[in-house]
Amino acid sequence: MTNQEIQETISKWKEGLEFSEEESEFLNLTVDKEDLREISKKLRDTPELDFDYMFCLTGIDWGEEMGVIYHLESIDKNHCMVLKVKTSDRVNPVLDTVSDIWRTAEFHEMEVFDFFGIRFAGHPNMKRLFLPPEWEGYPLRKDYEDEVNMIIK
Amino acid sequence: MGVENQKLGKDFPGRVIPAGNGANIVITSLDKVINWGRSNSLWPLYFGTSCCAIEMMQTGAARHDWSRFGFEVARPSPRQADLIIIAGTIVNKMAPVLRRLYDQMAEPKYVLAMGACAISGGPFYYNSYSVVKGADHVIPVDVYVPGCPPRPEALLDGMLILQEKIRKENRLKKKNPIDGFDTGEIPTLPDSEQ
Repeated sequence: MTNQEIQETISKWKEGLEFSEEESEFLNLTVDKEDLREISKKLRDTPELDFDYMFCLTGIDWGEEMGVIYHLESIDKNHCMVLKVKTSDRVNPVLDTVSDIWRTAEFHEMEVFDFFGIRFAGHPNMKRLFLPPEWEGYPLRKDYEDEVNMIIK
Repeated sequence: MGVENQKLGKDFPGRVIPAGNGANIVITSLDKVINWGRSNSLWPLYFGTSCCAIEMMQTGAARHDWSRFGFEVARPSPRQADLIIIAGTIVNKMAPVLRRLYDQMAEPKYVLAMGACAISGGPFYYNSYSVVKGADHVIPVDVYVPGCPPRPEALLDGMLILQEKIRKENRLKKKNPIDGFDTGEIPTLPDSEQ
């Protein structure tokens, strides 16, 4: 399917979904965090979309907001799209897990929690992946500072 | 050096010629032989932690062929190595491993820091929470090879410089580079090595 056709299919599901193709070869869809699981399930289970493979999950700190970007692909249909979700809560950010929809997300979400401190509700094993368990703070956040190990410029 | 004539008993019939010069000749000649042997069969320990390792492999491969200079016996074990080539970024998690590998090597042991990351942290010097700002915070380094990554020619040149350094070693004056390293004391080189 082309990006246009994907957009037409998805926009029937819900009013006011935010699409964009700016500076991207993929169709970008930004969803509210409340709709994330519902939309993800539909993306995977709708036969003509069939996004059965999540090939990348990225945590992002935009400065004010934090969020996660999901890159999805359909192996059969050979098309891709990007799903974005944001949260403005920096103190205790919580998003829903998609690890039961795409199993790959399980480790990716642990990594995002490790570096950005975003918790994923419903994740089976929400703990740090790379850093030691006693590590304080989340080092890939924009406001992270470490006087001992970092030379800040 | 040697026995002073004044300290001998008065009944000693002859005169003792101080042996200093002769012994020095023996030691210097021994130095030459040993240094020649050491410098021409340096067995490196592979320690490739990032992209510099690719250049290091290339240096060992057919085109650049470091076996011309006696480096070909690359060891996977620190127990059999003379030289550790730090080819890549050292992160806080890797630093204790690097130190343990160095401590496991048999003396005499040498360290070559290859590339910007191993010298100073390189591109990760600022605003990095995980990278050690230079491998010489962990172990004493003999030769630094700059570059990001250095070309095989640069690594070869660094290793030849290390060979030259070894050829100038003096067994009497040589200090173990790890002595005083952890206290932050800067080792003073003997005059012949400066």
